Amino acid sequence: MADKNPFPGENNTGHIWDDNIRELNNPIPRWWMLSWWASCAWVLIYVVIYPSFPIGDKPPPGLMGWTQIKEFKEGMAEIEAIRAKYEDQIKGMTGEQILADPGLSDYTVASVKVLFGDNCGACHGSGGQGAPGFPVIADDVWLYGGSIEKIEESIAKGRRGMMPAHGSKLSEEQIDTLASYVVGMAEGKEDPAGKALFMANACFACHGMTGTGNQAMGAVDLTDSVWRFAPGGVESARQTIAHGVNFPADPKSREAIMPAFGERLSSHEIKKLAVYVHKLGQ
Amino acid sequence: MSKQPSSSHLAALDDLLEEAEQWHVNAGDETVHAKRIGGKWRTIKWLSNSIWLLLFFGPYLRWNDRQAILWDIPDRQFHLFNVTILPQDLWMLALLLLFLAIMLFAITAFSGRVWCGFLCFQTVWTDIYTWIEEKCEGTPQQRRKLDQAPMDLNKFGKKLGKHTLWMLIAIWTGISFVAWFTDVYLLWGDLFRLQLSSAAWITILLFTVCTYLLAGFMREQLCMWVCPYARIQGAMVDVTTIIPAYDFHRGEPRSRMKKSDTDEHTGDCVDCNQCLAVCPTGVDIRRGQQEGCIMCALCIDACDLVMDKVGRPRGLIRYESLNGLEGKACPPVYKQPRIVITSLIMLAALLGIFYGLSSIDAIDLKVLHARQPLYVLQSDGSIQNKYTLKILNKLANDVTVKITATGPAGLKITSRQLLAAQHGRVTPTSVFVRVPRKELTAESQPIIFHIETVDSDKPFSSHRESVFIGPKR
Ligand code: SF4
Ligand code: SF4
Repeated sequence: MADKNPFPGENNTGHIWDDNIRELNNPIPRWWMLSWWASCAWVLIYVVIYPSFPIGDKPPPGLMGWTQIKEFKEGMAEIEAIRAKYEDQIKGMTGEQILADPGLSDYTVASVKVLFGDNCGACHGSGGQGAPGFPVIADDVWLYGGSIEKIEESIAKGRRGMMPAHGSKLSEEQIDTLASYVVGMAEGKEDPAGKALFMANACFACHGMTGTGNQAMGAVDLTDSVWRFAPGGVESARQTIAHGVNFPADPKSREAIMPAFGERLSSHEIKKLAVYVHKLGQ
Repeated sequence: MSKQPSSSHLAALDDLLEEAEQWHVNAGDETVHAKRIGGKWRTIKWLSNSIWLLLFFGPYLRWNDRQAILWDIPDRQFHLFNVTILPQDLWMLALLLLFLAIMLFAITAFSGRVWCGFLCFQTVWTDIYTWIEEKCEGTPQQRRKLDQAPMDLNKFGKKLGKHTLWMLIAIWTGISFVAWFTDVYLLWGDLFRLQLSSAAWITILLFTVCTYLLAGFMREQLCMWVCPYARIQGAMVDVTTIIPAYDFHRGEPRSRMKKSDTDEHTGDCVDCNQCLAVCPTGVDIRRGQQEGCIMCALCIDACDLVMDKVGRPRGLIRYESLNGLEGKACPPVYKQPRIVITSLIMLAALLGIFYGLSSIDAIDLKVLHARQPLYVLQSDGSIQNKYTLKILNKLANDVTVKITATGPAGLKITSRQLLAAQHGRVTPTSVFVRVPRKELTAESQPIIFHIETVDSDKPFSSHRESVFIGPKR
């Protein structure tokens, strides 16, 4: 076709369609080409200095030795360095001392949140709101004491509630009376019949003469508004009185076990967790 | 239309026609060397160009011991005279960008590429660069000759002078840009001691190279092939848009007023190509609207001058809408929906910015109610809610703030109420509020938190409403 090009001298490529539609050879400006070659060169440079094509099971590191994971680790080290400043201070302090310092306790709360979520949140809720059978830890009621040392002890050694079942010793009506008496206690009501049963069955031995409980053995305060086994009320009280808590002889007994974390977590972590728990509600 | 021209007019025309052949439409094959003539639009262009002096001199303005306008990126602050804007207030920047984008749209709809012709940095820097080129190398004819001449001492001297001046402007542009982001006096000091941060070096280098290449060499190619605005502006222009336009009814058929064709059928255009000569992008306006035209109106000046010389009325090329050229009236601007709608959006954005600027508090409070749990029953039967208060301190120093709250009767804050708020930061704190259960009249009740500085000379305060949540009733 080229030898009998009907449009000579106009620099066409010899591609001609429909008699007169033809492709001209107009090269693009030189500098566009140069930028294109420069881009190609850049690709080569990039390939050499950065990790690019995988060869074997690892990409070659590149001349600069840069990798994403390295940068990530450097970033982590940077964060650790910032944390170290606080961690070093906390290390030698008791929970009480951390709480006395607003800056350090804010740091502790912020930094141990993940640990709380991993270890505590499953039962006590992400905000300490508790769950059926598991106590609220965002309120001001503490079964075993709310001081920071007591909280640390609860986390490290765990806790195991204990209340005998009275279903076999008491009649239905007696349990009814006792349950109503316990419910009335929080509202400040008098009930001589209930009181008599409370004394006769030695409930006072653990819960105290006035029903205010005993933190040394985890016996609940019956006079406050908070229920250990929420939702509270006569039904809940009946169930607990009849079947007890962690009472081996009664299969319907309530369960109340806090596992010990002393093996799983370091004392430093437990101290920080105790601060976190302490500050959940105050 | 045409009358018999007087002899003085014919003589002037002969001069013009003599150079008419050397002007060609820009086909991308050679550098456009546009002719510079004075005129009304040239003057306006100089004035609009001079807005960019702000870029060079703005950073030296001081305000209360610091740069008046400063984008402080490391500290994440923007200083605008005595207002300090933190990232939290950057929604105003979004509104500003909206305003500018819509303004560009509105102006384009109303009068075409005003931005391109008069304000765009590409146009302005190119204009300055070609002005320098003319000062160094002479008129377009001389420049074209020089481009083709072999390199000798004379050519080298001229080119060296030009490129040196270009480079100096480019470097100064780079430094001035960076000066908006760091204290300009420190910048010059660090520059001379060669102690700039690598970010500053790279930015200056980038701006220098880009300025030099884009204004010195790319010029109108950027408008024709790269600029995205040039690609979309056609969608905003219609027959009512007032743009520099050639009145083809009046101008055609063109005639160089030779004896043979001076009859009454010839138009006013004398085909002298002066409009093409002055065009910085090298397009021929007589071919109608085209993407190469940046609407700089310089051809209006050129043609008016020609018309004066040949004794014909000015305005053969003028600002006119396509409707106007056809003798049709355009509806007034307030009846053109595009203009009205865009103006309303601009107004809304402006109001938002004014509201934002006037309501920036020195300290600012945000309140987040804890989600888990929403409330906690306490041993005495009261209900406790937990909030996270975020206190933003925009003052120049740390302050102590006191936290109080008003809401349901019997409300009590049980957590610490005095708090040190670090300047330029958000200080978060947990706040616990207790309300006796009998005072709760609804599941959710309003509560307002107040903060007030206690130790600054001038008290600043802020407040924010939230809710107090209790058990379902
Ligand atoms: S045609 Fe006229 S308005 Fe358009 S760019 Fe050229 S000189 Fe400017
Ligand atoms: S439009 Fe004006 S400047 Fe352009 S060729 Fe015609 S007379 Fe000359």
